[in-house]
Amino acid sequence: MSEEVLITARDLRKTYDAGRVRVLDGVSLEVRGGEMVALWGASGSGKSTLLHLLGGLDVPDGGEITVCGLDPRREAHRLTLRRHHVGFVFQLHNLIPDLTVAENLRVPALARGAPAAATRTRIGELAEAVGIAHRLNHRIQDISGGERQRTAICRALMNSPQLLLADEPTGSLDEETGDTVFSLLRHLVQTRGIAVVLATHERRFAEQCDRVLRVRSGRIESGRPAVGSG
Amino acid sequence: MRFLALVFVNLRRHKLRALIGVAGIGFGVAAMLTILSIVNGAIGMFERILAVDSHYLVFEKNVSDLFFSSVPDDKTAALRGMANVASAEPLLFGLVTSGDRPIITCFGLEPTNPRLANAKWLAGRREEFGRTPGGIWLGARAAEFLEAKAGQKIAIGKGEFTVAGIFATENGFEDGGVFLPLKDAQTFFSREGVASVVAIKLRDQTRGAEFKRVVEAANPGLMALENREFNQSYTQFKILHFTAWAVGLCAFLLGGLGVANTMLLSVFSRIREIAVLRVCGFSPGQVAGLILGEAVVIALAGLTLGLGLGYGALFALEHMPQFNGYIQAVVKPGMLAGIVATAIITAVAGSLWPARFASKIQPAEALRYE
Repeated sequence: MSEEVLITARDLRKTYDAGRVRVLDGVSLEVRGGEMVALWGASGSGKSTLLHLLGGLDVPDGGEITVCGLDPRREAHRLTLRRHHVGFVFQLHNLIPDLTVAENLRVPALARGAPAAATRTRIGELAEAVGIAHRLNHRIQDISGGERQRTAICRALMNSPQLLLADEPTGSLDEETGDTVFSLLRHLVQTRGIAVVLATHERRFAEQCDRVLRVRSGRIESGRPAVGSG
Repeated sequence: MRFLALVFVNLRRHKLRALIGVAGIGFGVAAMLTILSIVNGAIGMFERILAVDSHYLVFEKNVSDLFFSSVPDDKTAALRGMANVASAEPLLFGLVTSGDRPIITCFGLEPTNPRLANAKWLAGRREEFGRTPGGIWLGARAAEFLEAKAGQKIAIGKGEFTVAGIFATENGFEDGGVFLPLKDAQTFFSREGVASVVAIKLRDQTRGAEFKRVVEAANPGLMALENREFNQSYTQFKILHFTAWAVGLCAFLLGGLGVANTMLLSVFSRIREIAVLRVCGFSPGQVAGLILGEAVVIALAGLTLGLGLGYGALFALEHMPQFNGYIQAVVKPGMLAGIVATAIITAVAGSLWPARFASKIQPAEALRYE
């Protein structure tokens, strides 16, 4: 595990509906490179909102936050974060259905204008690593749920991020496929040194992470090493 | 896959919607091309009628149409007497009916008129123009639709004339018209002693301004305009041009609304997908570019369709016997450039708001959108 601190958040607050719905209420956390951290909690506890703030998809109402040395409260920094430092995986894979697997993987590269040859090489390497190389020319609607999620993970890794934010990535998969996808994420942490923040309501996955942060009613109740971790 | 490929993917996904946008622009282009080309052709033909072997036109001041202009014969004689005038050819316009043809243009002219020498004579001889009592001369198309041959008698209005000659010209108006010697035309139309316009050929064209000044000073009721100047200032031409552009722009406005509708639906139906693009690092500008790119592709496809339809319609109209050759479409490069620019501007303008809306989509909010 790298010692570099990737995420520093202090007293993060977020409300919706003109302040009437308090979603995050003073969340603080720190995540280091190569670490796999679980945000464990029930639906509606604030896990997804916290991931959105960490990944620059949304801005906090209050508090301090630094991710990969950037300030996600600033629009330009949020764009840089998404283009170069952070990859996202969602419960619903959020792939573009009319594109092939390979075309979906090219989308992040298009956003930052990466050279075509380098992009092709990267797609081949990642597709091989997650076991979807034989599906590259298939359309999204023609592949299985597990393959779609592996494609989504591949897409999140296209721009070589330091941090992967995964929002219930196994939530829409059957148990066996969910295990496979989780193992893949775990493997990425171990082999590529990427930090993963995993939002999940499934205890069995949370317990396999390096740390578990219990999220309840917009607060982190406890942070502890997961069962069985060193 | 390049950025442009994403544009095509989105259009391909909603083919019918995209086709409606393409059709909207296409019909606008076709309408504008057809109307403007026909108007240009008509104006061109009229200009050529007036400008045969001449530099200046002299006609009555403040008339709404040359058909109502009267230049007295003594003024024509005076013009011929001017030192710098090589020739002055009076021309009288009138409208006649024959059989089931309600409107045929009749030209009253003198045997010296250069258009007679320039014509291709199919029957009769140019030298005999004006020497056959009760004679009338027909343009080739007029002879065709009146089913008249040389020597045959035909009814024109309440009179009867003998076809003394038939000739072809490259001008649709002339080719579909009938010709009378000036004196006969003046009598027929009860406009004795006047011509509609006098076409002037100068010996020294560089002294044209001086000619104009002298003519207008000596004849306060007349005006003299250089051919080019006449074409730019003649009210009828201006009205025709304005009407053509107005009708064309209305067609484009409808096309633009079609594109706006297409692009709005396109954006609203993939808010979540646009959010995913933002998550993957697309900037607001790139998202807007994607939407505008789709509009430009729709515009280009619409242009291709519209130009094809427009040229097809022009070809069909030019060759329809019912129009007696009056339609001679003229497609000018400037006009074509204007149509292309209008199509692209219309499509882009129609997609500006959808593009702005798309660029403002907030990823976190849109990902919650179902």
